Amino acid sequence: MRLRILDSGHSFGTKALFAFIQMVSGQPVLDVVKLVSYRPDFYGKPMSRVTQEAMRGPSAWSVADRELMAALIASTNQCEFCTKAHTAVAQRAYGDGGSASAALSDPDTAKISEPLRATLRMLRKLTLEHAVTADDMRTVLAAGASHQQVEDALAVCFSFNVIGRLADAFEFLVPGPDAFEAGAKYLLARGYR
Amino acid sequence: MSDIRGARNALLKRILEGAGEAASSDRQSAFTLNGLRGPLRPLIDKVARHAFAVTDEDIAAAMASGLSEDQVFEIVVSAAIGQANRQYEAALEALVTATGKE
Repeated sequence: MRLRILDSGHSFGTKALFAFIQMVSGQPVLDVVKLVSYRPDFYGKPMSRVTQEAMRGPSAWSVADRELMAALIASTNQCEFCTKAHTAVAQRAYGDGGSASAALSDPDTAKISEPLRATLRMLRKLTLEHAVTADDMRTVLAAGASHQQVEDALAVCFSFNVIGRLADAFEFLVPGPDAFEAGAKYLLARGYR
Repeated sequence: MSDIRGARNALLKRILEGAGEAASSDRQSAFTLNGLRGPLRPLIDKVARHAFAVTDEDIAAAMASGLSEDQVFEIVVSAAIGQANRQYEAALEALVTATGKE
């Protein structure tokens, strides 16, 4: 972590909680948790409310679909931490072992629904080029995504275009797969609160 | 349907208008990418456009300009949220144009 305050500047109570989490999970506390726990009134709490609504609020998209979108946005931003973290969550949420990885490596040929495929393409363009056109949106709608589904996907995109930037700017440590698996279990059980 | 409008507005209000270590004007500049001071410019540009390219030296340069870690933290957060917000609002506008629905 590039700022020492984010690594070790937390309150005594938060540090005690980190020690407890580490003891129970057997895994290091992820840097994303350290970030949202540092002066949480400034960033962590208000951002977590946005992300919880985007990722776990009511939507025609499944939790697995939204986690796949998060992983795709992260991958497009070249954010290794978020790509690994949300691929692990999507993989676990789909429960089939490989569809999330397949969709990430080639959304054009993956066995996913057409509305999801078109939405992933639009999100990738928005993340890469920082803009999309009305025609891009018409393509997504023509593939079968509803207006509300597009809005919901854009909410996911907002959250992960924030989080991925911070992960890279602050240089989150990228742990091993066991830590991401533990994180995925937690996010599926508890969400982003 | 998920609805982030209320939570997003609260987030923006907090980081831009609420109490902080960095001046509200610096957080606003990082958010909008307008009016940035010298040593902050490269860091904030990278956070907004290609955050994977941020280096230790970018952070060190911001600190060497006299900013504390807390101020850098707030300014980087503001820049990240600002860029994500511009993309989000531009995409929503494209959707409204495509469907004619607010």
